[in-house]
Amino acid sequence: MWAHNAMLQPIIRHQQSRGMATLKAISIRLKSVKNIQKITQSMKMVSAAKYARAERELRQAKPYGEGSTVFYEKIKPEEKQESTPSGQKLLVAVTSDRGLCGAVHTTVARQIRNELNEAGDNVKVICIGDKSRAILQRLYGKNIVLVCNEVGRKPPTFLDAARIAEQISQYEFSSGKIVYNRFKSVVSYVTSELPLYHKDTVSTSPNITAYDSLDDSVVQSYLEFSLASMLFYTLKEGACSEQSSRMTAMDNASKNAGEMIDKLTLTFNRTRQAVITRELIEIISGASAL
Amino acid sequence: MASFIRSIVSPKLLSTMKNSKSLNKVINRNYADQMSFTFVSANQTFYTNQSVKQVDVPSLNGSFGILPNHVPILAVLKPGVITVHEDDGSLKKVLVSSGTVTVNDDSSVQILAEEAHSLDKFDLQAANEALREAEQKFNSATGETEKAEAQIAVEAGQAIVAAISSP
Repeated sequence: MWAHNAMLQPIIRHQQSRGMATLKAISIRLKSVKNIQKITQSMKMVSAAKYARAERELRQAKPYGEGSTVFYEKIKPEEKQESTPSGQKLLVAVTSDRGLCGAVHTTVARQIRNELNEAGDNVKVICIGDKSRAILQRLYGKNIVLVCNEVGRKPPTFLDAARIAEQISQYEFSSGKIVYNRFKSVVSYVTSELPLYHKDTVSTSPNITAYDSLDDSVVQSYLEFSLASMLFYTLKEGACSEQSSRMTAMDNASKNAGEMIDKLTLTFNRTRQAVITRELIEIISGASAL
Repeated sequence: MASFIRSIVSPKLLSTMKNSKSLNKVINRNYADQMSFTFVSANQTFYTNQSVKQVDVPSLNGSFGILPNHVPILAVLKPGVITVHEDDGSLKKVLVSSGTVTVNDDSSVQILAEEAHSLDKFDLQAANEALREAEQKFNSATGETEKAEAQIAVEAGQAIVAAISSP
């Protein structure tokens, strides 16, 4: 029976590709492509509105991010792998839950994957947004220690960043990185990273002695707050690049759907014409045979 | 009569003029260097790399003022009022909830606040009500974290009320 089936299969396929598809099949496809185009068009409109908001908010958050990194640039901490007993490295992937936005999430995940391939087991990964988890889980599931859901539906707030920072600070790490997409323009973004430092790394860095009246609790709270503000900034950058990228992706999808609709309409009309012609021929030849 | 008036007025005028002159000199000498001041909160941006005369900030280790060429310092903000003395002499008071202050060796100052609002946006009555509510919550709080959270709310409320009621 199976052998019979296997023989039958190619014949059917052959038939389908040879003859013109039936009118019905074409019109169904045409309709579905039109619906898809409607969806992608409205998604583009939605993300354009969201992008405008995200861009406005990002402009606000930009000095915030710059302000929080100045200190680290000034003190120039030296990373020493042996300085802390754990020697753990922490990678934070800033993505979101929502797809259909080009390669935004993939580039972040790829950067982290490269990092993981080099560094091996001593790396913990924190996924902000389901998408990075979905990409990294299969190969590096054991490295993922924390996943944050419900990112990307609404614009990120400082409270979100503070919550994530609170969770992150529970993990011991000697050094780390936040990997995120930095927004450049509507059509481009760069995957970049911000360094994270352990308290000991900061307090042993060469230029720290310039700073007055440092006690442990101040440094500790300072680092905690600066982690939150850096996360806030990167979340904003990520959200903005995601929306802009979704806008371009949906624009392209609508354009491609338009092309498909044109082609399908042409085939549909041709097939219809062919059907009419065939029927005419049948009628005429039938009449002439009498 | 005229000479009498002159004898009363002129020394006073002279002395005030002298004073203001000397004050100007002092100001010129002290504020010769520029401060690059950045003050942002999550909800709005107040200053970005602007030059100001002086900034007074409330920190967990006590309030302090920052002039140009302040010694580099790190501090954590506590709820209170940041007073910015702008270059033209005007004062700007902003209420902050929490955040960090960084003074770097190149005289650049970064204040990152979690939330900040200009003081004139607050309503005394609403602030008093919020403070009462926070105090109630503090009194009825049972758990350790709950109590700490309520205490922070009370501190913030007290700071707000104190800031509004003082001119």
